Amino acid sequence: MRAPLHRWRGQHERDGIRPPPPRSGAHGRGAQAVTRARHDAGVLLHVERASLAFGGVKALSDISFDVRKHEIRAIIGPNGAGKSSLLNLINGVYTPASGAIHYRGQVRARMHPHEAARLGIARTFQSLALFKGMSVLDNIMTGRTLKMRTGLLAQALRVGPAAREEIAHRKVVERIIDFLEIQAYRRKPVGTLPYGLQKRVDLGRALALEPELLLLDEPMAGMNLEEKQDMCRFILDVNEEFGTTIVLIEHDMGVVMDISDRVVVLDYGRKIGDGTPEEVRASADVINAYLGLAHGAAHAAPVS
Amino acid sequence: MLYRENGQFKTSYDADQQLLPIAQDRWFVIALAAASFVLVPLAAGDYALRALIIPFLILTIAAIGLNILVGYCGQISLGSAGFMGVGAYVAYNLTVRVPQLNFLVTLVLSGGAAAFVGMVFGLPSLRIKGLYLAVATLAAQFFLDWAFVRVPWFTADSTSGSVSTNPIVLLGWSIERPVDKYLLVLGLLCVLTLAAKNLTRSHIGRAWMATRDMDVAAEVIGVRPVVAKLSAFAVSSFYAGVAGALWGFVHLGSWEPAAFEVSMSLNLLFMIIIGGLGSMVGSYFGAAFFVILPLLLNRVPEMIGIDVSTAMKSHMEAMIFGGLIVFFLAVEPHGLARLWAIGKEKLRIWPFPH
Amino acid sequence: MSTHTSPIRWLRRAWPVVVLATLLALGLAAPLVSGAASLGFFLEVLIGGLMAGVLYALVALGFVLIYKASGVFNFAQGAMVLFAALATARLSEHMPLALAVALALALMIGFAWLVERLVLRPLVNQSAVSLLMATLGISFFLEGFGQAIWGNDIYSIDLGLPKEPMILGAKLFEGGILVSRDDLVAASVVGALVLVLGLFFQKTATGRALRAVADDHLAAQSIGIPLNRIWVIVWSVAGFVALVAGLVWGSKLGAQFSLSQVALKALPVAILGGLTSIPGAILGGLIIGVGEKFAEVFLGQALAHWFHLEGGGIENWFAYVLVLAFLLVRPEGLFGERHIDRV
Repeated sequence: MRAPLHRWRGQHERDGIRPPPPRSGAHGRGAQAVTRARHDAGVLLHVERASLAFGGVKALSDISFDVRKHEIRAIIGPNGAGKSSLLNLINGVYTPASGAIHYRGQVRARMHPHEAARLGIARTFQSLALFKGMSVLDNIMTGRTLKMRTGLLAQALRVGPAAREEIAHRKVVERIIDFLEIQAYRRKPVGTLPYGLQKRVDLGRALALEPELLLLDEPMAGMNLEEKQDMCRFILDVNEEFGTTIVLIEHDMGVVMDISDRVVVLDYGRKIGDGTPEEVRASADVINAYLGLAHGAAHAAPVS
Repeated sequence: MLYRENGQFKTSYDADQQLLPIAQDRWFVIALAAASFVLVPLAAGDYALRALIIPFLILTIAAIGLNILVGYCGQISLGSAGFMGVGAYVAYNLTVRVPQLNFLVTLVLSGGAAAFVGMVFGLPSLRIKGLYLAVATLAAQFFLDWAFVRVPWFTADSTSGSVSTNPIVLLGWSIERPVDKYLLVLGLLCVLTLAAKNLTRSHIGRAWMATRDMDVAAEVIGVRPVVAKLSAFAVSSFYAGVAGALWGFVHLGSWEPAAFEVSMSLNLLFMIIIGGLGSMVGSYFGAAFFVILPLLLNRVPEMIGIDVSTAMKSHMEAMIFGGLIVFFLAVEPHGLARLWAIGKEKLRIWPFPH
Repeated sequence: MSTHTSPIRWLRRAWPVVVLATLLALGLAAPLVSGAASLGFFLEVLIGGLMAGVLYALVALGFVLIYKASGVFNFAQGAMVLFAALATARLSEHMPLALAVALALALMIGFAWLVERLVLRPLVNQSAVSLLMATLGISFFLEGFGQAIWGNDIYSIDLGLPKEPMILGAKLFEGGILVSRDDLVAASVVGALVLVLGLFFQKTATGRALRAVADDHLAAQSIGIPLNRIWVIVWSVAGFVALVAGLVWGSKLGAQFSLSQVALKALPVAILGGLTSIPGAILGGLIIGVGEKFAEVFLGQALAHWFHLEGGGIENWFAYVLVLAFLLVRPEGLFGERHIDRV
């Protein structure tokens, strides 16, 4: 039976007999992209027994999982499961009370967010966190700050190297703007844009860092079908063209099943599932915790 | 009709990013510069220059500095006058101890000294946020007040902290007449405005604004808080130091520590709030307003025919300043600069209403 | 959680306070130990500092009240003290003191109403910095207005307090310890005020409403608490506190412009205490009062002796530097609430 979770595809309904093909079929990019993720088994990020508590509330307990290079890893779970906290842990906004985060094989005792950015970890936020006082162009240009090297005096005089640097980075940002299709809004203050466009600017700002690891916190929250398709397309393009490893938090199960390589499931700060989308979907624990017992009974049999 | 961008297409990033993309703006600024450098010296009297225009220009430099810290980077500072004082006293020290130094070099060094002091007192901003930072900058202000009076080295051994200066001599040009002073300060202001505008347009300026808007997100994209905040303090204090040196040497001639008290800090804050936080043009407007208002208060009662004592005038000044701060914050938090921008917008679509 | 706090965990959280307390104790003991001061003189400075601290705490209470209930950092508190003092002083020239005080109180309530109407309501959604600057504007205005109406001389307020200081322990210490009577009265007034305010906040319905507003404006509004009226009440109470402070300070120094500057010293006191805590304001006031006096007297001696820096004036900046140093280790003040950035 075709799982009703794939309704996000819109017009392209599959017939109910064959299971939906892997995402390469949906986007016509061929098998190479899929095989790249599967074969490149180097581990980029390894979360080892991480725990986090705020006062008396345990946000995360003993979480362990890894993220391989070039893969798309989804983190799912009910609200309050600790997903955003986990992302904050990975990019240094919070420090684990116990356990460690290994990135590119190295452990750091305490990592500040700007150090994480320097290492190539970028993220978007659930609540956007855009710089409301600046335009779209400037917001994305702030993402290039790390790469801009000229000193204060050179910037003040704005001759030669400083001017050239500004233009070089402007070119990169314009490419990102083209990619995200927000050219018409580049000079508008971000606060005046509709929510969906603001989310794209947030993504653009993260992309401007040219990250190795991209953390996306509910990139499709509050979007309609078309916007979700666009966002999925952007995420997949980023992963396939630049090889960026992506960890995303998402509630839409259809999206998760379709675009992610592997999934981690959290519930009340604990990991209750870890594996490919099919494995996770069939797992009784996940079904009970996330989808509810009644649902679990109906879908207990794995799909083909 | 007059102020349209029609036909002014930009075909390179360079052209798109220039300071004044609209041709009419460029013409306006060129005309303004010509008027300032050529017409004003011819037309303005000594009194106007000495009492109005020169203080306005110097205060604009200080206001630009404070605007960088408060308006662009979002850090509260109630101690800017203290940094002005540092600039003034260091400049004095240099002219007394190293008299052969070119005055421009002295200015840069005083600004540098003020920048250093500013960074030191800006260090708390890395730990303390928002309102509590007001205490740190007040600490700077009051400590510097005390140091100017009590630490003899600052004032080259004057017991009360009061000093007096000789006229500046710059490469043989003795700057004594108000016109000379005016031209010197105007030149410096132009250079400093350009530098500040360039800074706010480049990556450090964006880092400042990111820190102001949402410092956690700024850190996440790689803006180091230390760099952003301390550079804002440094640049802001540099401007304050240069302004302070000019205030002492060019405007006052001789001064005592009371010239750089907390009331001056509050006045500078007043200027940038009314003028417009986060706006270069706003600093100009705010300083102009601050200089013009007492003048109006002095003249208007006479013109109407009411006799008002000097003390009463200063009280009314305080009342009007205070009332205007509240008024602007409530009605137009972005100050006169926003009114100016609205005016320009209306001019763009004139003669149509919208 | 609190029942199982081991001493070690408490120490880890409270270490800045412990360090501050130790440093203060050392600083206090130093003049005695080094022999720079006799015990009698030491006690005199100590008591004088405590008294001054009580007066600071009195003004700081106003800060804390307003911040607690409206999240506004009231830069104009000093100007309010000045205005109340001037009003009382001038009015009492034409009528009995009690009536003058009552009228001054009425004026402060009127002021509170005006502030709520003309400042707080239009600015309700703006940032804390904007509100701070608005109170800056209020302070400019109030100082100008007060002096425009009441004049800018020094006016006396005669509370009928005895002026001669007491001399304690003349037999134990040579010359005895000088303690001024009006400072003692001030201390008891503050104590009574804190008690009354504490009872007000804890026991009355209005007090409860004030605490609710302090916690969360929107939530308080949604249960029907009239925000505007609460703010008028809070600013009136702060005005009352300012009036009491104005009376006490004014009878000491006379009602004059410099009162508002002196009251500015209460700013670091409130911050040291942690802007939302009344006990913090009291404790902060005492610490700063004592610290300041000691710095002025003993640190000044040391500086003069070792660095040839004569002349004093240390108390102008000491409070600020002390609070700054403390904030560096504990950014939320003594009893303030920790600010957690949620992203």
